[in-house]
Amino acid sequence: MDISILQNIVYIISSILFISGIKMLGKEDTAVKGNFLSALAMLVAVLVTFINVTNPLILIVGIGLGALVGSLIALKVKMTSIPEMVALFNGFGGLATFLIAWSEYASGVNIPIFQYALILITIYIGGVTFSGSLVAYGKLAEKINIAKTSFVTKLFTTIFYISLIFLFASFVPAFVNLLGANFFSVFLVLILLAGIGFVLPIGGGDMPVVISLLNSFSGIAAALAGLLLLNNVLIVAGSLVGASGLILTIIMAKAMNRSISNILFVGYASSSTTKGSEEQGEVNPINVADAFLILENASSVLIVPGYGMAVAQAQHVVRELGELLEENGTEVKYGIHPVAGRMPGHMNVLLAEANVSYDVLAEPEDVNPTMDSVDVAVVIGANDVVNPSATEEPGSPIYGMPIIEVHNAKTVFVLKRSMSSGFAGVQNPLFFKQNTRMLFGDAKESIGGVVAEFKD
Amino acid sequence: METYILLGFVLILSIYLGLELISKVPSTLHTPLMSGANAISGIALVGALLLSVDNQLQTVLAFLAVTFASINVFGGYLVTNRMLKMFKKK
Repeated sequence: MDISILQNIVYIISSILFISGIKMLGKEDTAVKGNFLSALAMLVAVLVTFINVTNPLILIVGIGLGALVGSLIALKVKMTSIPEMVALFNGFGGLATFLIAWSEYASGVNIPIFQYALILITIYIGGVTFSGSLVAYGKLAEKINIAKTSFVTKLFTTIFYISLIFLFASFVPAFVNLLGANFFSVFLVLILLAGIGFVLPIGGGDMPVVISLLNSFSGIAAALAGLLLLNNVLIVAGSLVGASGLILTIIMAKAMNRSISNILFVGYASSSTTKGSEEQGEVNPINVADAFLILENASSVLIVPGYGMAVAQAQHVVRELGELLEENGTEVKYGIHPVAGRMPGHMNVLLAEANVSYDVLAEPEDVNPTMDSVDVAVVIGANDVVNPSATEEPGSPIYGMPIIEVHNAKTVFVLKRSMSSGFAGVQNPLFFKQNTRMLFGDAKESIGGVVAEFKD
Repeated sequence: METYILLGFVLILSIYLGLELISKVPSTLHTPLMSGANAISGIALVGALLLSVDNQLQTVLAFLAVTFASINVFGGYLVTNRMLKMFKKK
């Protein structure tokens, strides 16, 4: 039997495994098995491809090296660093497709126009995914901190737009001839700079959208590379990733009530003439001892975590508080907003790491209808996702965004370092409400204090 | 050209299939899904293995593509598995 027939049959089996795998990955009970199936799919596809590899030794060394580095990072990384690590791996996937398309370009002399277009587009998406993901990594790891309005950001954003024009111009032979031998090198450099310009202007709170979108891009790039190499399994697997990234992107954008293009190209600051609520009034601070007394007498408590909980590394002490409250006969739930944190599902991962059972984690639409029966809502390092302006002030930049309506609870505790506004730069009227008590200070220390009071 | 049209069909159908399969994912699984999907995008590894290595540049490109795709594959699957193992129901 012809080897290529055997390979194609195995590719079909691999595709079926990928499809079942990603389907099972979307359900809690089957997720572990789904991930295993997709890994199995990858294994058989790689093994059967190896049959007619011409220069196996150097490629085996490459795989070995990649396996070593990848495994080390994956097993050593702290759960709080997951967002930046996902961004980094994603970038490597993009880089691989970038290199594949580059090699295809280098191997052909007279490339037909359709293939030529495919190569350039694959290089473009792969390259932007790579350098964009590296910037996302830097931002998430807080190694890059460049203001949206700075000169550097504007420069790179301009390069991004130039690169798009360059891509279209590449289909005009006269333009390519003009640059001659330099055309391709200019193209490569421009793309890598463009990826930086794509992600650099996007703010921290919009990271969940960007990271999902880059995830989608890496899949689309792989699918295009499959088209280029006439390989079915690349197309199927790449498309599945493209689709799942797209779905997450849409979910995140909906949770912020903004369009994807608004997030990518406009951002909060310029999308609105920030008026906000001028009246601010008095805030009511509270101390740990009083907070304890109120919590001790509460019969239902809703904990609403945000990025601040991740920064303070407070998830373990939060879980401890939750357990002590439950022992005390209090009903404890967690209200998780889809865009809380820096990537989709960020809070869920942190709480899972701290051993909080996932069935007490509720979404906004589950907790909002019964909010008035909640005795105490504890907001830990969240801001925009609990901002009542979103439902009360039509002029507010975040108006219309679905929020967790903690202001309807009987009492609200807000744990916060200072009175600074959230990522959106919008003042939060929640802090000035009659039923709100501000517990200033480090979230971990504050909750630790309450936990200590419970234990006494 | 006919091959491309055929493969284009596969591409479109797979994207639709993906959108249908994952449209109702619970938010608890958003991160593992993203990380797991990210590992799948390491399928570029198969593409990298198919590259021809006739000259020095191509050999270097193929080696680098295989290496980075492998980091994506191994790292992606392991971290997804690690994450999913933490999700527990009482």
